[in-house]
Amino acid sequence: MSLFEYCVSLFTAPTLSHYLVLGAILFAISMAGIFLNRKNVIIMLMAIELMLLSVNLNFIAFSSYLDDMAGQVFVFFILTVAAAESAIGLAILVLLFRNVGSIDVEDLDRLKG
Amino acid sequence: MTAQTVLFYVFAVILVGAAVLVIIARNPVHAALWLVLAFFTAAAHWLMLRAEFLAIVLVLVYVGAVMVLFLFVVMMLDVNFDSLRKRFRSYVPLAATVGVLVFAEMALVLLGNRLTGVTGNVAPPPPGGSNTRALGDLLYTTYVYPFEIAAVVLLVAIIAAIALTHRRRRETKYQDPGKQVKVRAQDRLRVLEMPSEKKEL
Repeated sequence: MSLFEYCVSLFTAPTLSHYLVLGAILFAISMAGIFLNRKNVIIMLMAIELMLLSVNLNFIAFSSYLDDMAGQVFVFFILTVAAAESAIGLAILVLLFRNVGSIDVEDLDRLKG
Repeated sequence: MTAQTVLFYVFAVILVGAAVLVIIARNPVHAALWLVLAFFTAAAHWLMLRAEFLAIVLVLVYVGAVMVLFLFVVMMLDVNFDSLRKRFRSYVPLAATVGVLVFAEMALVLLGNRLTGVTGNVAPPPPGGSNTRALGDLLYTTYVYPFEIAAVVLLVAIIAAIALTHRRRRETKYQDPGKQVKVRAQDRLRVLEMPSEKKEL
């Protein structure tokens, strides 16, 4: 396939690969976000939410193109666990701020890890 | 080039733009609002993939509950966010390298296989036309035990969040029912012996 044909094929109806590449871009952005905001725990949590979103996008794309509802059931459970995760994560964050007075990751070295 | 393709690219550009703004926003409140935009756009993508129920759940649960929780915490914490952005620029090369590497690895997998087995279009809507019904049929039959475990996970999250952040204020006066029940008469009541006084004549 020539480059021209490939470029034309990108503008046909969106295929599974379109959604998978979109999910990969989203995952890479949130990965970079974790490295970029390595001092700010709140933005890190938001980047993790973005990562979960990209994973869910992949699941739904596969479920939709393969005509298999199991993928959507899995996304349902991921959403549940992600909601629990962010609730507990934010509770820990509030506790941390109350005890340490900062949400800078570099201040969190009490365990000397 | 169909309307679907145009919509896909429009939503994809908005989604990627919002995601980039989430990670580079100066103010965490703005980051949370950009994340809301990202969730809305992802819900639009899911609608195009005929996952209507999950798209609505994403808007209701994520935008309605989780992001409000995020905004609440960001606004409640009195943090000097500028100090957290010190040396932000020095992390850019590493972050860009990691991001590009991760994307390149995933793209190589996709381009290498080409996923030739899965061509074609989005599957037609389920018989009856209701995605919610199809999902519910599966959820309450095949996946009923995982569904109940998910409920327990949410319960644990509720209890954990309350137990972690609840604190008892020192200055408030409160009753301890245990102590109230345990108390005995001789702890509180003292019978004094007093000699009776004689009437003076």
